[in-house]
Amino acid sequence: MPAPTATADLKVGDVAGYADIAFEEKQRIVSLVIDDPRFTDYLYGCYECGICVAACPSARFYDFSPRRIAQALARRDVRLVYQQIQEDIWECSQCFSCLRCPRGNNPGGLVTIMREVAVNNGLASAREALEGYSRIIYKIMSTGTQVSPDMLQPDAFPDWGPEVKDVSDNLALWRRALPPETLHTVSTGWDVSDQTLIELYLIWFETGALNMIGEVDKGLHMILEEVMQDRLEEAGIEI
Amino acid sequence: MSTAIPVIMKKKEHFDRGEDSRSQDFHEKIFELEADGEWIVQRVPDDHVLVPTKYGLEKKIPRGHLWHHKSCGQCGHIPGYSTSIFWVMRKLGYDYEDPRDQTSCTAWNYYASATSNSAAQAAVALRNFATAYASGFYPLIHCGTSYGHYKEVRAELLRHSELRAEVRRVLAKLDRPMVMPEEIVHYSEWFYAMRNEIRAHQVRDMKGIVVTVHPACHYYKLVEGDAIYDPDIYGGQRTAVVTALAEALGAEVRTYSTWFDCCGFGFRHILVQRDFTRSFATLRKIEVMKEEANPDVVLTHDTGCVTTLDKSQFAAQAHDRNVGVAVMSEAQFAALAMGAHPYKVCQLHWHSADYRPLLEKMGIDWEAAWAEFQEDIGRLERGELQYLTWEDTDA
Ligand code: SF4
Ligand code: SF4
Repeated sequence: MPAPTATADLKVGDVAGYADIAFEEKQRIVSLVIDDPRFTDYLYGCYECGICVAACPSARFYDFSPRRIAQALARRDVRLVYQQIQEDIWECSQCFSCLRCPRGNNPGGLVTIMREVAVNNGLASAREALEGYSRIIYKIMSTGTQVSPDMLQPDAFPDWGPEVKDVSDNLALWRRALPPETLHTVSTGWDVSDQTLIELYLIWFETGALNMIGEVDKGLHMILEEVMQDRLEEAGIEI
Repeated sequence: MSTAIPVIMKKKEHFDRGEDSRSQDFHEKIFELEADGEWIVQRVPDDHVLVPTKYGLEKKIPRGHLWHHKSCGQCGHIPGYSTSIFWVMRKLGYDYEDPRDQTSCTAWNYYASATSNSAAQAAVALRNFATAYASGFYPLIHCGTSYGHYKEVRAELLRHSELRAEVRRVLAKLDRPMVMPEEIVHYSEWFYAMRNEIRAHQVRDMKGIVVTVHPACHYYKLVEGDAIYDPDIYGGQRTAVVTALAEALGAEVRTYSTWFDCCGFGFRHILVQRDFTRSFATLRKIEVMKEEANPDVVLTHDTGCVTTLDKSQFAAQAHDRNVGVAVMSEAQFAALAMGAHPYKVCQLHWHSADYRPLLEKMGIDWEAAWAEFQEDIGRLERGELQYLTWEDTDA
């Protein structure tokens, strides 16, 4: 029989399948969550009643629990919170059903903060969770609309039925069959004006949102930065 | 022993509970900030309807002169949703602005990937509000997530002066003022408020149509205080939007046990982890509705919910699960009741779950309607028409 430390869930030097880090570094990361200005609006201790778990869709299908998130943060359990950042947070559906909490907590909001910290610090879980997601980030940050008609490709959505192929085969024509004048587009949800895009790019630069991409996907960050800088320069704006 | 309690109290974790603002009226604070010169409050036009909200406060819903804050998911993947909202408004004779200087709220991405932050999200929201204000029209938010997120942004801005300062700095670079609307209004609130006017224009009888309603999480769970609750609908225990409209149109709304559950959209899950979305949508929503209420149609009021509940049924059908029910927004349902064309206006050919039995029950000859739509498509193909226009929808 193997010694207890050799069993999978008691592995040393590993958190959620990623290399472990020093306690001080975990403390630094967890402090970023606790110091977020929204933190005190989202957590007032926890009754451990589990009402949030009963309401939570992700708890039904994953080994995930909003109660554990609230509890670990309420107890300032650095190791556990760090583990949750690496292991749990990407399973949350961000539906905010957990706002049913009788204590007035917002476990889903705590997850939002934890995710932001994971992205800002380029944590492995964030990089892994966002693999395959770069196309979407590119679309929203560069065009101003996140979902576009030309994303409806049968190979991307094989489980959505044959209608996806009908849409994709007839796309340009069916878009012209839409009475609202702003909807004749295929690569954006609607027709977004140039000036609007310039203003959006300025927001991404000025708030540091663009730099966040650099932490999780350097290639995507480079492309986005170039596209935006070129457009801003054309408009005579120096960044 | 007498010191035991103070000692324990000292060691105990202590939480300073902030004020519970869920049931408070936020208006006082937004006007105070206006008086302090922090922002401009865009007033709801005089022509409005007063509606009841969760904790008893009244909310003003403007009738006309609206700036349509569109939804990327509706416009991109379910365009009959947005088209129906516009069509109903035109039929009731209200003017509106369909802007090009609007961006998505970008919250779908934020809730999926967290590659943004509070300041960026608030700046995106207030930039859109500033352009609405400049147009003179009042913002009407099409997406449930945009609506919920913008209310979340409002709550954060009201609490944190340093966030307001940061957003003000960013908007100054854009040469835009800080603007906060007096009310953040979702389109389904407009449909609720206008349900009697809509009924007055009804041409198709909805008697005998059985409806189940999925209330959208981001509409009534996220910053819940100013969502519409009506004592005459579910005794005021659930939001009244969608249900009140369906009932006003004569449909039979049936309840089911998992009404509080979300649809399974998940933001990132619908895009990169769809096994979760499909399972949740079918096992916790569609199958329960079929079993307990056997509806002809599922009505909901948000982009993600229509997409999830509609698209998730195909794979489950292949496994002989108890699914197979039409899904649409109440805007499309209301448009059909008012005589809208199922393809030219409601654009049902973009939907996946079979809507044809529903149309038949409503007395709509969908084969003839499809042939009419194909005629228009032929005119577009032959270059006789460049685009289908509003006039063509009623031809
Ligand atoms: S927001 Fe996340 S934690 Fe809260 S109920 Fe939804 S899935 Fe669960
Ligand atoms: S509902 Fe609130 S108090 Fe109860 S376990 Fe969840 S977070 Fe804690």
